[in-house]
Amino acid sequence: MKSIGYYPGCALACSGIELDLSIRELSRLAEVELCEVADWNCCGASSAHSTGHDLAVALPYRVLALAEAQGLTEVLAPCASCFSRLKGTLVRLRRNPEMLEKMAGLTGRPCRNSVAVVNVLEYLNRLLKDGLAGKFTAPLKGVKVAAYYGCLLSRGEDIVEGDDAENPTGMEAAIRAAGCEVVPWNFATECCGGAFSLAKPEAVVELSAAILGDAEQAGAQMIVTGCPMCHSNLDMRQRAMSAAGRRTGSMPILYLSELLGLAAGIAPKAIGLDRHFTDAMSVAGRSA
Amino acid sequence: MARVGVFICHCGENIARTVDVAAAAAAAAKFPGVVYSVDYKYMCSDPGQQLIRKAIADHKLTGAVVAACSPRMHENTFRRAAAAAGMNPYLLEMANVREHCAWVHSDRAAATAKAIDLIRVMVEKVKRNRSLKTITVPVEPTAVVIGGGIAGIQAALDIAAGGKQVVLIEKSPSLGGHMARLSETFPTLDCSQCILTPRMVEAANHPNITLMTSSEVESVGGFVGNFEVTVRRKARYVDPAKCTGCGECWSKCPSKNIPSEFDAGLSRRTAIYRASPQAVPNQPVIDAQHCLMLTKGRCGVCAKVCPRGAINFKDADELVKVKAGAIVLATGFELWDHSAYGEYGAGRIADVIDGFAFERLASASGPTAGEIRRPSDGAEPKTVVFVQCCGSRDEKVGVKYCSKICCMYTAKHAMLYAHKVHGGRAVVFYMDIRSAGKGYDEFVRRAIEKDGAEYIRGRVSKIYRRADGKITVRGTDTLAGMPVTVEADMVVLADAVTPRADAQKLARMLGVAYDADGFFSEAHPKLRPVETAVAGVYLAGACQAPKDIPESVSQASAAAAKVLGLFSKPKLEREPIVSHVNRITCAHCRACINACPYKAIEDFNILDRSGKVLRTVSNVNEGLCQGCGTCVSVCRSKSIDLDGFTDEQVYLQIAALEPVEAGAKTEGSS
Amino acid sequence: MLGENAVNVAQTPTLARSILEATGVDVARCYQCGKCTAGCPMARFMDLMPHQIMRLVQIGNAAAEEKLLACAALWSCAGCLTCTQRCPKDLDPAAVMDVLRQISYDRSKTSPEQKKVLAFHRAFLKTVESDGRMSEFSLVRRYKMASRDFMSDVALAPAMFARGKLKFAAHKSPGRKEVGKIFAACRKRGGA
Repeated sequence: MKSIGYYPGCALACSGIELDLSIRELSRLAEVELCEVADWNCCGASSAHSTGHDLAVALPYRVLALAEAQGLTEVLAPCASCFSRLKGTLVRLRRNPEMLEKMAGLTGRPCRNSVAVVNVLEYLNRLLKDGLAGKFTAPLKGVKVAAYYGCLLSRGEDIVEGDDAENPTGMEAAIRAAGCEVVPWNFATECCGGAFSLAKPEAVVELSAAILGDAEQAGAQMIVTGCPMCHSNLDMRQRAMSAAGRRTGSMPILYLSELLGLAAGIAPKAIGLDRHFTDAMSVAGRSA
Repeated sequence: MARVGVFICHCGENIARTVDVAAAAAAAAKFPGVVYSVDYKYMCSDPGQQLIRKAIADHKLTGAVVAACSPRMHENTFRRAAAAAGMNPYLLEMANVREHCAWVHSDRAAATAKAIDLIRVMVEKVKRNRSLKTITVPVEPTAVVIGGGIAGIQAALDIAAGGKQVVLIEKSPSLGGHMARLSETFPTLDCSQCILTPRMVEAANHPNITLMTSSEVESVGGFVGNFEVTVRRKARYVDPAKCTGCGECWSKCPSKNIPSEFDAGLSRRTAIYRASPQAVPNQPVIDAQHCLMLTKGRCGVCAKVCPRGAINFKDADELVKVKAGAIVLATGFELWDHSAYGEYGAGRIADVIDGFAFERLASASGPTAGEIRRPSDGAEPKTVVFVQCCGSRDEKVGVKYCSKICCMYTAKHAMLYAHKVHGGRAVVFYMDIRSAGKGYDEFVRRAIEKDGAEYIRGRVSKIYRRADGKITVRGTDTLAGMPVTVEADMVVLADAVTPRADAQKLARMLGVAYDADGFFSEAHPKLRPVETAVAGVYLAGACQAPKDIPESVSQASAAAAKVLGLFSKPKLEREPIVSHVNRITCAHCRACINACPYKAIEDFNILDRSGKVLRTVSNVNEGLCQGCGTCVSVCRSKSIDLDGFTDEQVYLQIAALEPVEAGAKTEGSS
Repeated sequence: MLGENAVNVAQTPTLARSILEATGVDVARCYQCGKCTAGCPMARFMDLMPHQIMRLVQIGNAAAEEKLLACAALWSCAGCLTCTQRCPKDLDPAAVMDVLRQISYDRSKTSPEQKKVLAFHRAFLKTVESDGRMSEFSLVRRYKMASRDFMSDVALAPAMFARGKLKFAAHKSPGRKEVGKIFAACRKRGGA
């Protein structure tokens, strides 16, 4: 059985629980063991890097040090923000190896910066390459999907690799493998408002409404995303958008891993599809 | 037995103030081989030169050293004086005791000692100088102009007006280049074709100009005054001698759906086609890739309807050799491909077009008869956004440099749009306005103040097409300090000006240098803007750097002047400071051939009486050699040496210098 | 980086130099094209535009620095990286914003208009410092206490609980004391 290090991050325990559930289900199906990084700590997200340089590096550094000590060579970080922090720190340490010593001093843990960090799209594409599509017993017939990458799964020099930052296509193979149709649209990499969900909900409502609007204009029936922050903003606030007069109608927002889980015939509840704010169970009915 | 004369100049106070010239003359008189040594106030003056001439005659001098200013000042002067006295001019050398001594030192004793050293070194050299003869090279008084746009046409006309022959080579079927595609030109808003076509016709009809359209340069050999240019005259399948341009053929051609290059893809043409009604020559050619007869062996309608029987499907490419004394490169430019900007739609939005497409829309002879209509649905756009600096001044994607012409043609576009679409809104996003020419800034102000164009300072971040067909442009007003979004019907991108994709191949054929951006390199950026480092090859127009029509025309005329200067003498005289190969010791390792920056060394076969090749050695072409000496330094067998600067001379010059004592005080910083 | 472009290092304002050292970004190269502002999703919520922030760093005198560190725009930045992605001079405005935030926070000069955002960050960090991990429950509890913003999102809370997206417990990691020590160590170094 293959295995990969797993860094769920804080969001996957609560607001991003569907992402965790669907990834675990798919990994089980693909016979990949997820080895959780023992005693992992929060990566610091935007709060750490907005307020202190040392802390912003030290928190992800500890995670990488723990993973390395655990004998892991690769860690999957499904949350886009966690991925950006972990991989960003990895890259920073690679460019400035003198920082390793400083971080070792601050955290009390040594690290050689030997662990690679993988994001959810890379991971799912890898599963597909290794034959996961062969297990898709219930593809969705021709559902029109707008693939939404957001910020941290499309941008970041040396962090996000191997895709076009302006017109990414990293999700397309997976979406098509699930039987859906990829719809061209304009807002694939537009910001949803990110971490401002609590402190500036009006900004989130405006930005996320614009994203939903463009997806709808493009003829999409569903938005597929990879980031729990984006998912939360797009899924949870559709009623608020209606209240603010910015939207009508509702559009299901699915994690790519949920979509693949459906296509693989996994029970919707097992992948968390019943936990969405905007009804997504109807999508399950589209599987063959 | 050497009899060298030394002539030391005071240069007024310039040298004499710092160098004790009398002492130097006295010291020089004692050098072995020196029979005459004198100092004088102004050696370059008439009496000074007279002094040199008299001394040469009186003392039967075999060599002379003039210790004075830089040879770049007066070497020619003194050599002419020597020649007038009957001495070979190359037996006279200058020792620079002004720029290299008096002007850079203040300690009189040290400077004088140095001056004496400099003179001693040159005396040693001169004793080994040989009489050299000026090299003459015949000149073929025909110019080849590569490129039939405005620059090429202007150069050809000017050279022809000077009474010399020109072969004007143009890759496409018609003359005119990009200028023929423009609607109106800044700053006068002259109709572009109206001012250009008379020149095109003049070039085609001029008795001194041979026009070769649908032709490309295949290879170039030879050297200045004696180039051999092999031109591939591509098959046109239409006999130019018979065709009258009546148009029967293209009106009947069934292969109709080919995007027109001339119209930037905004219209369709047939396989047998004429680029535009103003084409020169005004005859169609067949596009072999799309012709049914040439690709599939059927159709042939054009041949059937042609009243003159001018169609010839059996036509083939022809290689033509042209002898020329000079070559003018006028290959022009093309626009950068904006599909590299993913944020602007990656080239996939139909109504986001480039400057040439807008020109074709605005042109009275264009695909919309001069009406501004958007490509996607033919509707008249009520709001047009013009984006300057698209690809230019970009260190990430695109090119670093400014493309120079876009500020002006964008202002022009905004004005044309305002004139044609009353009530239309023209928005221009810019970073800076570069309008430095005559009447240029006034032109831009007119676009803003009279024609109502909205100029917003700020780069555009994203352009996308909404489902309802509007194009959203997200820009900013940096001066007001806020983001600006414009919902446009059409967007015109001022794409960067780049050299043609195949320009580098042509440059390598000629040995002409090009810069990191692919523009041909001029010999000196300030003082020699139309020459290249290759003798006999000149530059004109945008192939050298982005420029507008008046500058292209100026440069073309300048290049023509250089060509006519070259052709003004039946023979080219060159300084005989060239290298020579010792054929006995040359092992033909070809290190010199590879090292020569001027492609001046070639293989040379030594034949026996029956013509069989005995050995191959290197041989220096005196017409091309610039005397740089690189070959001398790379030759492993010391088989090549430079006249005027032989190895022996240089070694002896060095040996003539007294070694510096350890701890000796040296003059300040230099 | 500095050697490559800066002609006279002594003339480079202190703030610009700190930014250069921290991020490798040489703000002198910014030519104020505004593409960062044009693409910024939060620009409409900002008092200073991103390109103006870059300009103030270039100016770098005391007045500029004061304006920069206290501006609200720093805390309206979503860190979306659009500016950095598209900057034609290959600069990194997002990194510059980050450093300015860090300096502003460190010197307690943060914008008085951004109390909610700062309360969010403090609540987040306090939760991580104490628990090693962040749970929305702990975060929201602290945030609401600090911001006094009790009413917004109230309607969502029950729905979140029902969906298992909000748990009535903190999310604690075994090594949370170690994490707490890291916070302390960073604070001692200055700039936590």
